[in-house]
Amino acid sequence: MLFSQAFSSDLHESASIQQQIMDIWLKNGVSDGDLPDLQLALEEGLANAVKHGNQLDPAKQVKVECQLLDDCMIRVTIEDEGAGFNPEEVPDPTDFENLDKPSGRGIVLMRAFMDEVLYNDEGNQLTFCKRCSINA
Amino acid sequence: MASDATRLDVQTVDGVTVARFVDNRILDEAVIQVVGDQMYRLVDDDGLRKIVLDFQSVEHLSSAALGKLINMKKKVDASGGQLGMCNLRPDLLKIFKVTKLTKVFDIHKDIEKALKAF
Repeated sequence: MLFSQAFSSDLHESASIQQQIMDIWLKNGVSDGDLPDLQLALEEGLANAVKHGNQLDPAKQVKVECQLLDDCMIRVTIEDEGAGFNPEEVPDPTDFENLDKPSGRGIVLMRAFMDEVLYNDEGNQLTFCKRCSINA
Repeated sequence: MASDATRLDVQTVDGVTVARFVDNRILDEAVIQVVGDQMYRLVDDDGLRKIVLDFQSVEHLSSAALGKLINMKKKVDASGGQLGMCNLRPDLLKIFKVTKLTKVFDIHKDIEKALKAF
C-alpha cells in the first residue's frame, strides 16, 4: 500500500491529499507520461466524492487508498459516505443535448485516461487502475 | 489555496483579444475558480467580444475547468461575440475529443489560424 488516509470533505483538504499522492507516485518512479493522466483521474474522483458524494459536508469522510501492484499497475480506491449513485444513470455528457452543460464529464474523462474504472454496487466507492511505466 | 494572481496573459492582436493561460495544469478547484473569474471579466467587465484562448502552456485540465470554458463560450455567444481556441497539445485535444467538445468550440491549430477566423 502506497497511501491510505481518510479526510474530511473539504476541497482544500482534497487538494492536499492529491499533492501527497502525486509526490508518492513521483518518488516511486511513475513516469512523466503517466502522471498527468493519473492526476486527472485522481482530481475527478476526489472532487466527485467530496462535492457529489459527501455534498461538501465536513462531518463526512472520504477514504483514499493507493497501491502499486506487481505488474506496474497503479490502483486507487476512493470511498465517500454519501448515498451512492448509479453511474449508468448519469446523463451522457457527449449526447448532443448535453454538450453545452457545464458539468458531468468527470466519469467520461476517467474512463478515457484510465485502463479500468469501476464502482461498487452502492455507488459510493470508485476504483480506477492504470498500468504505468515505472522508472528504475 | 490558489492566489488571485493573474492566471491569464492578455494581449490584443489585430483587434482580437488573445488570452494565454499561465498555468500548465488547470486541475485544482481553487485555480479553476480564479481562471474562470478572470475569463468572465474579459466579457462582463471589459466588454471584449473577439477572444482567442491560447492553451500553449496547458498540459491538462479537469472536467470542472471544461465547465468554466463552456460557461465562457455561452457568455461570449450571448454578447454577440466570437470565441476561438488554439495551441492545444495532443493530450489536451484528447480531452476535448472524448467529451465531444470539439463540436462546441472553435478550435484552431495555432494563433495565426485562430486570428484568421475573425
